[in-house]
Amino acid sequence: MAVVTYLKAIGDGLREEMERDENVFLLGEDIGVLGGAFKVTDGLFSRFGPERVIDTPISEELIVGAAVGAAVMGMRPVAEMQFMDFISCGFDQIVNMAATLRYRHGGEARCPLVIRGPSGAYVHGGLFHSQNTESWFAGVPGLKVVYPATARDAKGLLKAAIRDDDPVIFYEHKFLYRRIKEDLPDEEIVTPIGFARVAREGTDLSMISYGATVWMCLEAAEILAKEGVSAEVLDLRTLAPLDRPAIRATVGRTNKCLIVHEDHRTLGIGAEVAAFVAEECFDQLDGPVLRVCSEDTHYAFSPTLEDFILPSTEKILTKARALLAW
Amino acid sequence: MTDKKDRDAELYFLMKLSRAFEERVAALHKQNKIIGGVYSGIGQEAVVVGMCYGLLREDFIAPLHRDLGCFLVKGVDPRLLMAQLMGRKTGLSKGKDSFLHGGDLEHGVFGATSMLASTLPVAVGAALKFKMKREASVAIAFFGEGAGSRGPFHEALNFAGIHKLPVVFVCENNRYAYSTPQELQIPIDDVADRAAGYGFKGVVCSGNDLHAVLEQAQKAVRRAREGGGSTLIECKTYRYHGHSEHDMATYRTADELIEWESRDPILRWEIYLEKRGRDIDALRAAIEAECREILDEAVRFAEDSPLPEGKEAMEDLYAMPIERK
Repeated sequence: MAVVTYLKAIGDGLREEMERDENVFLLGEDIGVLGGAFKVTDGLFSRFGPERVIDTPISEELIVGAAVGAAVMGMRPVAEMQFMDFISCGFDQIVNMAATLRYRHGGEARCPLVIRGPSGAYVHGGLFHSQNTESWFAGVPGLKVVYPATARDAKGLLKAAIRDDDPVIFYEHKFLYRRIKEDLPDEEIVTPIGFARVAREGTDLSMISYGATVWMCLEAAEILAKEGVSAEVLDLRTLAPLDRPAIRATVGRTNKCLIVHEDHRTLGIGAEVAAFVAEECFDQLDGPVLRVCSEDTHYAFSPTLEDFILPSTEKILTKARALLAW
Repeated sequence: MTDKKDRDAELYFLMKLSRAFEERVAALHKQNKIIGGVYSGIGQEAVVVGMCYGLLREDFIAPLHRDLGCFLVKGVDPRLLMAQLMGRKTGLSKGKDSFLHGGDLEHGVFGATSMLASTLPVAVGAALKFKMKREASVAIAFFGEGAGSRGPFHEALNFAGIHKLPVVFVCENNRYAYSTPQELQIPIDDVADRAAGYGFKGVVCSGNDLHAVLEQAQKAVRRAREGGGSTLIECKTYRYHGHSEHDMATYRTADELIEWESRDPILRWEIYLEKRGRDIDALRAAIEAECREILDEAVRFAEDSPLPEGKEAMEDLYAMPIERK
């Protein structure tokens, strides 16, 4: 056992996969000698050299496109976006090139590619270093989108993503990088993509979340427990394809559904979860499906603005109590 | 099939087959047997044949929507290509997309998207793999002079230049991006000049002269295989048809078309063969008969092939679908 941060769990996952499979290589901006803007790839350049840890120019479309080219030729590239905000510059290569690749080759091609990077707010990053971009991709067929909340899942899902034969977009929450520390076992962790995790069991209310807000849901659940309420927290972990059976199961257990995420309310992942619950679990519900999400505005810089925009434990408690009173 | 050892005749055959295929496609399109957009490369055969001739199966090519000849030279089964154009289940993409968005990676042919120049970074990635694995293979990326205005062109050339990657960038400069003439796309005469900004050689050649294309292609491919890095070859050429078969190309003059038709790459090759003392009439007749036979068979195969069932739209999205108990 060793105590590792969420950030180190990702770095360890990369190192282990690079040691296991010589076709795994990394490319991105400042990931080599510097070890990445957040030091996720720290030490990998000295361990694996410049051929497998490639510092690229500021060219996100090239980073993703070259990763696609190497992937179809049998490599397993892991491309870093310095911030997930910058993934917009590689958008065409992801949604048109990579996502349709297998489909337009009649099933006779594989694109084992991981695009990973830091996402989300709560660190005063401002408009272009705080965005939640996962819903841009979660509705694109052909892509898989994962978003770990724990160090264990960060490592396990990353290793699964690298071994996956499809393009996987791997979201890391920068707020969690050094704040989350866990005891991880020495033996290998590989967490299957596509499955949610019950982070806390409960019977009165389900909070469905992913990423950093999972921890706020857990904090809220702890407070509610003191009030005699048993809240369940479901950590989605994979946003595409969604684990619908797990959503159905938790709503079936508690009959009350509160969706919490940091992405915008309008057309965030929660909109799809809510639609699914309305279509498939209507007879299970004892109240409306409610959401705690970021307000439909930009991720503004000033602390007062950020507090107004982003979900918090307080905001979750307010909505949870309203739903419990229904 | 034409004798493989007879190089001159084989090149002639490949250009003739490419043109005959596209002429057949245009005719089938008029009969509504081919649905969707059809983008003809008639007039540009010397570029695709000259660039791909002699490549190995493991070499990677990223052709354009107008480069049907690339598929043929690389050895893709003409029957599968025709089935692809007719949206059949037996086509390269099993009916998932039309025309040249289907690839055949078994033959090293990558299927494009409609976002022009977006395959250039992909070809660079394939070349990166060749370099990492110490393979002597080469990647060839085709693009038009119009696509040279897009970001991925510059990002791809820049990276290829930094790492001296074994990739050949082939600009098929046919003077028009749909209707927009070169003068409104780029402020210079030659796209090849841009290679200098990325630290490698850019050359210009007549894309209607198979000898010229072959010469540049062989030099660039050799350079790539020997670790000498990338090359940009700009082939000046012309498409006889419009952007697509729907396009009457009213933005250009009849005189201009006639001028370019008089520089036809196939006619020029026939003159060469004749000067070589070949009985060109006999060779032409034999090759045309052979092409007709191949195409008749391809059309028969495609028409006999089923269309996919609707529910097959859900297949081939993922190599590893999530399996739930």
